[in-house]
Amino acid sequence: MSVTVDEIKAGKAVSPGWVAQLPLSGKLGLGLVIFWIATAIAGPWLAPYDPGAFTHQDVFASFGAAHWLGSDYLGRDVLSRVLSGARYSVGLAAAAAIAASCTGTGLALIAALAPRWLDELLSRFIDTLISIPSKIFALVLVAAVGSSLLLLFLIAAFIYIPGAYRIARSQAVNLAQMDYVQVARTRGEKAAYIAIREILPNMLHPMLADFGLRFVFIVLMLSGLSFLGLGVQPPDADLGSLVRENISGLGEAAPAILVPALAIATLTVGVNLLIDALPRRHGSKEG
Amino acid sequence: MAASPTSSESGNAFLLLLLAKRVASGLLTLFLVSLVVFIISGLLPGDAAQEMLGQSATPEAVAALRQQMGLDQPAALRFLRWLAGLLGGDPGFSMVANMPVADIIASRLPNSLILAALSTLVAVPLALTIGITSAMRQGGRLDRALNTTTLAMVALPEFLIATIAVLFFAVELRWLPSIALVPAQGSFLDLLRALAMPILSLSIIVVAQMARMTRAAIIAQLGLPYVEMARLKGVSPARLVLVHVLPNAIAPIVNAMALSLSYLLGGAVIVETIFNYPGLASLMVNAVTSRDMPLLQACAMIFCCAYLSLVLIADTVAILANPRLRNR
Repeated sequence: MSVTVDEIKAGKAVSPGWVAQLPLSGKLGLGLVIFWIATAIAGPWLAPYDPGAFTHQDVFASFGAAHWLGSDYLGRDVLSRVLSGARYSVGLAAAAAIAASCTGTGLALIAALAPRWLDELLSRFIDTLISIPSKIFALVLVAAVGSSLLLLFLIAAFIYIPGAYRIARSQAVNLAQMDYVQVARTRGEKAAYIAIREILPNMLHPMLADFGLRFVFIVLMLSGLSFLGLGVQPPDADLGSLVRENISGLGEAAPAILVPALAIATLTVGVNLLIDALPRRHGSKEG
Repeated sequence: MAASPTSSESGNAFLLLLLAKRVASGLLTLFLVSLVVFIISGLLPGDAAQEMLGQSATPEAVAALRQQMGLDQPAALRFLRWLAGLLGGDPGFSMVANMPVADIIASRLPNSLILAALSTLVAVPLALTIGITSAMRQGGRLDRALNTTTLAMVALPEFLIATIAVLFFAVELRWLPSIALVPAQGSFLDLLRALAMPILSLSIIVVAQMARMTRAAIIAQLGLPYVEMARLKGVSPARLVLVHVLPNAIAPIVNAMALSLSYLLGGAVIVETIFNYPGLASLMVNAVTSRDMPLLQACAMIFCCAYLSLVLIADTVAILANPRLRNR
């Protein structure tokens, strides 16, 4: 179990035995995830052209030898723009998902060990936030505070904390009733010790699966915002912005619009396939 | 079922109490949601009056406009006034469009409702069929194929589905228009033709999730003793699922439908924008771009209200479908 945990965290260090047990869909998912993590890290160095330079005399050119994935609405190289854009889509979403999962788990541990009134207050507040559909919430937040990269990160994290909290709290409350936690209490351990040493290790596996789902939701939400022109702002461009700026190429079926959209799809589908294939002990699939 | 009148009467009273509690809790949540929406949309540094008049405005002009807009009053009072306005059907005045928010929304809301209703009509039967078929062939080749397909579809971005639909039906086949203009005059068929692509995209978006949850709900039942009993007495698989299992799985299935339909609300934001459809979601996107806060708040509240209503419906069905609660 701990092997699985570390591997997902690092996205590498794959032990053969664990991978061999995955069904085909899981291996495909793992491959896609590793591919996109590598692209997010190394993408800008692999790009054959400067993503901002006008390198093609035609706009919306199709696949070709010099420009593998064609050119965009201004004649820029699509491959280079996708390789550079992946960093924003993967990086921003991963950072926000980590923040959301950690905050949600932390709050859940507090709720599980805190006095009853604090737990109820917190849960009521979270129930309220969860009742606002995420895309609608995102629109309200973007309208209120704007959409710099830092704000997008904060917005995405904030919107997905309630979901993480809900899953983590149900785990933590159950675990807090376990005998070994009662023993630790009787032993006179402090609440922080019980939370971190007794409860948290047993929540890690379901929370990692939940982290993966949250990552997918956030990728979809951020690229959706960028697609609407409300997410990552020029000159920066994530994969969703690339779809938006090339929307006029739709009539010609230009790779410039299809490739970034498919790129997002392979990323999110890959994560989903991988999570679904992981051995599950008490995981819940509800977001 | 064979309960005596007195026990069923007290059962009904208990049921009503349970439902009343759910409704009250839903209303409380809606109130808190409105508070959150109000607070967040007031986060912007500076205020609307200053922004509208620009930097060069005299302080007197700003103060006058603030007073006219009621911004000089304390936040709690403004909140209560806004809430009362919402309840009374007057959610404020849009300074950007220079008309009452209620009028703007009234022109868009029917379009959104039509789109949502038609998508639901397509998506629900389709999802039920896929989910039930899949559950009946659990572990089989068809089930595994459907399972992987729906799993992948859940994670597809809405704009990919919509763009592929446009490419296929509008660009390649030239069957359907790529922009959903609702004809002012025209038959129901014209309307369907105009809306076919948004409906198709929205349905694809929600069907996968719905089918997966339906399958899970039925499979959860298939492991129970009464199913084994029915199997042992020789009930056919179709009858087993439709007559024995489905009534027991109705609560989780309706729950799945409600949750997925609430996804229509979010999906509509992208789909309406792509197809230039004059619905509420694209209106809300415009409100964000033009920073039209009263309009944005009203749209957000309508969407939250729709979501909470769906949840409430699911809860109600779950309570009504449980005979243990009905005949207590």
